[in-house]
Amino acid sequence: MSDVAHEGTSGGPPEAEDTSWRQRYWKKNLRLMITLLAIWFTVSFGFGILLIEPLNNIVILGFPLGLWFAQQGSIYVFVILILVYALWMDRIDDEFGVAERNDEGGYK
Amino acid sequence: MTETQFWTFFFIILTFGIYIVIAWRSRVKETKEFYVASQGVPTLANGAAIAADWMSAASFIGMAGLIAFLGSDGSVYLMGWTGGYVLLALLLAPYLRKWGKFTVPEFVGERYSESVRIVAAVAAIVVSFTYVVGQMAGGGIVFSRFLGLSIEWGVVLVAVVIFFYAVLGGMKGITYTQVAQYTVLIIAYLIPAFAVAYQTTGIPVPQISYGQILTELDSLSVEFGLNEFTEAFSGRAGGQIDVFLVTLSLMLGTAGLPHVIVRFYTTKTVRGARYSGFWALFFIALLYLTAPAVGAFTKLNLLQGVQGQGPDSLPDWINTWAPTGLVTVNEDVETIGTVSNIATSGADLIVNNDILVLASPEIGGLPAPIVGLMAAGGMAAAMSTAAGLLLVISSAASHDLYFRVFKKTGASEKEQMMVGRIAMGLAILFAIWAGINPPAFVAQVVAFAFGLAAASFFPILILGIFWKKANGPGAAAGMLTGLAFTATYMIYTLEVFGTGANDHILNVSPEGIGAIGAAVNLTVMIVVSKLTAPPSEHVQEMVEEIRYPQTRKAPVRS
Repeated sequence: MSDVAHEGTSGGPPEAEDTSWRQRYWKKNLRLMITLLAIWFTVSFGFGILLIEPLNNIVILGFPLGLWFAQQGSIYVFVILILVYALWMDRIDDEFGVAERNDEGGYK
Repeated sequence: MTETQFWTFFFIILTFGIYIVIAWRSRVKETKEFYVASQGVPTLANGAAIAADWMSAASFIGMAGLIAFLGSDGSVYLMGWTGGYVLLALLLAPYLRKWGKFTVPEFVGERYSESVRIVAAVAAIVVSFTYVVGQMAGGGIVFSRFLGLSIEWGVVLVAVVIFFYAVLGGMKGITYTQVAQYTVLIIAYLIPAFAVAYQTTGIPVPQISYGQILTELDSLSVEFGLNEFTEAFSGRAGGQIDVFLVTLSLMLGTAGLPHVIVRFYTTKTVRGARYSGFWALFFIALLYLTAPAVGAFTKLNLLQGVQGQGPDSLPDWINTWAPTGLVTVNEDVETIGTVSNIATSGADLIVNNDILVLASPEIGGLPAPIVGLMAAGGMAAAMSTAAGLLLVISSAASHDLYFRVFKKTGASEKEQMMVGRIAMGLAILFAIWAGINPPAFVAQVVAFAFGLAAASFFPILILGIFWKKANGPGAAAGMLTGLAFTATYMIYTLEVFGTGANDHILNVSPEGIGAIGAAVNLTVMIVVSKLTAPPSEHVQEMVEEIRYPQTRKAPVRS
């Protein structure tokens, strides 16, 4: 399942260490980052500022929806975005063997 | 002594006692402990410390009132001061933590050049000082309003307590007192908010229930000559483009402020820095999600309380707070017809923004202990922010300037520690002086510190991490043009330093110019970096290395 399973320790001279994993790791990181930042922009600048007036025509629990995004919704999403980033990066780190784990496999 | 004063004394003495005990237990001996708490702060504690560091006297006391009167456009502060943490957590924190070391200028120095480091150190000191003065003055005002002490004694008392734990414990002492201060301030903020929400709507969750009162609040606001709370782009003169730019400036500035960034150096691991970002924003969001609700409820209570009343039959809290000058009533009218938060508006009832939080327990009819708790919360907010800023000032002055410019080699560990402590002591003395005699322009400048941070630090940090070819001349040119552009527009549109205020160009307010300044910085930096020699192999290798949390081992997953 992991795309590094057949790399690394499987022989070969040490000076020819395969560093192509670095690009793949970085690309995955960037893709995650850009996706999350696109959501960040949409809920705050999109719903809370650029589209606030049309969204305000929809009213939920007394809140015009645009106002709700500007004062509440965007902040909830921000908190969730950072949590998703941290959790997802844990998975990517493990996949590429760069997680900060001690010898027993627990986090430092 | 009134009952309120008794409870205020009780809570202030109790909380100060806790801070001093924590300070004594976390005193330090080494520079690594002093500057970055030995990089051993657990993520949850670091998150709470960042939150306390971040939320200043202005967030605690002023923001709800500001939003109450700005209405929908108050979102610039709500989104601006929280959205920046997404940028911090995703773009800066993990990489700066991997790189390690003690200060933000130190990263800039190693990544670009020594001269950029000195510019960055001076910028960090200037930005932090404009902030700290506001905190000291804020703490002094809380003392004087609640306890009847003079502002001078209030400032000195605040400074003595901060001195005790900042000089003894450095970053370690500051971090653990900030955890306690966060607890105090969030309890003090949430209890009255939940109580008022319950009284008004029967639902004790203000973040959800303030929707129910918005229609009534809109019609009452219009009746008293104020803008509707829910109408977008009615609170700020610049309209949509201005709201957009101010929000962006505050976000970029948040991600560029040295006293926040440096907290991410204190975690054990890169992973810890990521989770610290989450906990920090979680703790900050508890207050920021509540602030607009507090603003809306208190404004509604206030307007209902004065509706149809004459100057002689106003609610009690107005008389209680009148001596502070935060509330002014026009005695010549029959009934109160207009309300405003602007001192020069000529309205029948003029209330200062700060009163909406400070007097919210009284406006909502809550008991005296809660008023006392409120005072302790305001103090906690002011002190925690001041301490974090003082650490940045002392570390920039000692670590980045003194040991780089005046005494380049041969400083022993003991000597470095001593200079760090002396710099902290001097910074506090200066803060006392400035807190008692705040320079006239400080109040205005604080609001613009974000624009300056956005136009100077943010672009050079981002490109420094994500673009290997960004070099020293590019960073220096970008930072200087970004700063010059932003500062020039601020001086052009504001009455500071004795200059006249000119009209805003294209509706861009001086609070929003930082976003454009950041774009100028970024562009200049890219162009100059392309035209000059790329950084050395060693530097490019360093930029490569900070991408990976640690050296590669066999993947753990099965």
